[in-house]
Amino acid sequence: MSIGIKVKKGLDIHLAGGVPENARPAECRCATVAIVPDDFTGLIPKMELREGDPVKAGQPLFHSKLDERLKVTSPVSGTVKAVVRGERRKILRVVVETGNGEPERINVAKALSDKVAAREALLASGLWAMLRQRPYDIVPAADARFRDIFVSGFDSAPLAWTPASISKEEAKALETGVKLLSLLTDGKVYVSRRPGSFLPDLPGAEMVDVEGPHPASNAGTVIAAIKPVNKGETVACLDMATLRRIGLLAISGTVDFTTTVAVTGSEVKNPALVDTVIGAEISAILKNNISEDGRNKRIISGNVLTGVAVASDGYLRYPYRQVTVIPEGDDVAEFMGWASLSPKKQSTSPTFPGHFLSRRLFKPDARLLGGRRAMIMSGEYDKVFPMDILPEYLIKAILAKDIDRMEQLGIYEVAPEDFALAEYADTSKLELQKIVREGLDYLRKELS
Amino acid sequence: MDKARPSFEEGGKLHAFRSVYDGIDTFLFTPNETSRSGVHIHDSMDSKRTMIIVIVALIPCLLFGMYNAGYQHWLAAGADSFPFWQLMSYGFLAVLPRLVVAYVVGLGIEFIVAQWRKEEIQEGFLVTGILIPMICPIETPLWMIAVATAFSVIFVKEVFGGTGYNIFNVALVTRAFLFFAYPAQMSGDKVFVASGKMLGIGGEIDGLTCATPLGQVATSGATDAAGVAGAMTDIAGDPVSLWHMFLGLIPGSFGETSTLCILIGALILLFTGIASWRIVLSAFAGGAVMALIANWCATPTYPASFLTVGEQLCLGGFTFAAVFMAPDPVTSCRTNTGKYIYGFLVGVVAILIRTYNNGYPEGAMLAVLLMNALAPLIDYCVVEANVRRRMARAKAAE
Repeated sequence: MSIGIKVKKGLDIHLAGGVPENARPAECRCATVAIVPDDFTGLIPKMELREGDPVKAGQPLFHSKLDERLKVTSPVSGTVKAVVRGERRKILRVVVETGNGEPERINVAKALSDKVAAREALLASGLWAMLRQRPYDIVPAADARFRDIFVSGFDSAPLAWTPASISKEEAKALETGVKLLSLLTDGKVYVSRRPGSFLPDLPGAEMVDVEGPHPASNAGTVIAAIKPVNKGETVACLDMATLRRIGLLAISGTVDFTTTVAVTGSEVKNPALVDTVIGAEISAILKNNISEDGRNKRIISGNVLTGVAVASDGYLRYPYRQVTVIPEGDDVAEFMGWASLSPKKQSTSPTFPGHFLSRRLFKPDARLLGGRRAMIMSGEYDKVFPMDILPEYLIKAILAKDIDRMEQLGIYEVAPEDFALAEYADTSKLELQKIVREGLDYLRKELS
Repeated sequence: MDKARPSFEEGGKLHAFRSVYDGIDTFLFTPNETSRSGVHIHDSMDSKRTMIIVIVALIPCLLFGMYNAGYQHWLAAGADSFPFWQLMSYGFLAVLPRLVVAYVVGLGIEFIVAQWRKEEIQEGFLVTGILIPMICPIETPLWMIAVATAFSVIFVKEVFGGTGYNIFNVALVTRAFLFFAYPAQMSGDKVFVASGKMLGIGGEIDGLTCATPLGQVATSGATDAAGVAGAMTDIAGDPVSLWHMFLGLIPGSFGETSTLCILIGALILLFTGIASWRIVLSAFAGGAVMALIANWCATPTYPASFLTVGEQLCLGGFTFAAVFMAPDPVTSCRTNTGKYIYGFLVGVVAILIRTYNNGYPEGAMLAVLLMNALAPLIDYCVVEANVRRRMARAKAAE
């Protein structure tokens, strides 16, 4: 059985520097890896290991201050090299030096048949921390009951890479993953995919065929189309890579932390795939692959809409399977840019010739391309926001910190990433994702 | 520009002109500020370009306004030939001081407020400044434009927080202020045609009177359609045809007479997506429907009810208001459903006021201002519908 969804509102941003279709991943080993606690939204870390301690792959590095069962585990075996702290001793990242050693074994004996065992296996392995829940877009509580579970089986973000086929073993892992997940919900496990894609029907899952532009792959889009989240309900969201890891865990009892990263963007010499592990060094992933034209570059862990800017000696942030490099643009002095008719400029507005060049691959930089303003134009967000929500009014309710209004306007249904395209298209250049994140945090604080 | 920057920073010699410097700097060079959170790339469109496109869309009306100002003057002088460049120069010289006054006063206030609030100067007034002379009669005294502009920029825009926060359309409030503060000078039959010499171009015409066609109809006392048609004459006394109304060779406020040029502007705004097609389309629909109803139930008490739909839409400021005033994104409805209702009501109310009030022959200005006030209410209802849908769904799930 499968459900069909057509996303009508949205936008595919065509950028230069995509990975060729027939690309084969190259192996990438690195001396250190790092886990950034900020990537596990809603989880306040408390270290379980100290600097210099030996660690096994799959062994907890830190757990949640509020609930010891919520753990984040090391992606490699080796030693804890550094616990980097910032202001007020906030843990910025935990760096692990890669060494040798067996991975941690998790007890998965009953994980495919017993509800409690399934939950415990995920919690102990750290895979639970890779789930996200709606509402609030945070790591779910250890005892959360999910109404449904939504798996994004593809990625429609700019320059994102989705494999064209999968092996039998991987299909088996996905099936096993679905089997385990279905123990965590009384509802269904939905898996989204492109119609006619490589992904076979997975037994036990409700397949969702999604057509249309980005944000077709966002969990929020699929949830809104199938069964929006109401107040008091919780759903879990995860991506294909996490589903595969869950399946492999249930099969083998160890966590597979390897990941295939797409190296993309206009400033990358040869866009390519890299096989590496979660938290790998950016310098190892991008080795000699950034164009050397002397201009400032922005390295993004993730895609240009929702990714995080990282330093060239930084690390691949956990949720992302993509690295994008674009020009920073702060070294450009563009004369009367607002009057430009250059076809190189990308826009949703028909006042730019580039709007009509649907096949052109653009090379935008990180500039705002305008000053911050109050909300002037109306309807800009609606055009790229495929949910039955009035985004402008929701944003205003968040800014006003009006909790009742936020609830009424559907804040439980959204995550910051759902506003990414609106933020891109906004002529007033408002920081919508930041506003939504702060709104969700505020709401959670007030209601807890 | 970058070399001069330090003297404008806090503590610099020219710090008092920081907002002016910023305004000029961001006008000449795209700011190279890069994103710090959220998306890493942004659409190339910004509010500067948005405003400039509106100005571009207004240029046909502005040019035609210049020609028409000269044309009406020549016609009033009883001329047989209409030398194009002289007409244009006359109109140009007539409107230039008004444009300059509107911009100097309005932008001056914006610069001062921006400096005071330590904010970047915003471009909202670029459009307002060109709109003000275009919706005023050509003979409006300069000091009145200055006073009205200052009033509306301060009390309609800045006290609410500046560009993007105003409830009423700033240019229209300027016009309304003039209309209610100086009714004798702003209406009737003295102001719509320029009578003086402009730097030696044109001639002095004494005792010139010519009302707009709508004004003529309102005061005509005509009791049937033929009477109404006969009442509308140009300065020379010849009847005005629908074609003339469409072209705009009639007396009226400077930039709003030519339906043709306004439609060219409308095409630009709709093609670029800057004006909401929902509002523009439904404003015309509302106007046409109301004009039809008025025409069906035509009564001698209100001579304007004998006007046909075409005449109603071409005359006065209706088209200009529907294209350039009603879709102002800040003061109109912001929800898509709301836009249909808002636009339709602007059209209906505009024709309603002008038809059923002989003392006030033009309704477009008041219609838009009234609907500006009602827009938040319409939006509220649309938003509530969305909220109710969500609440009903949550209840069903329980």
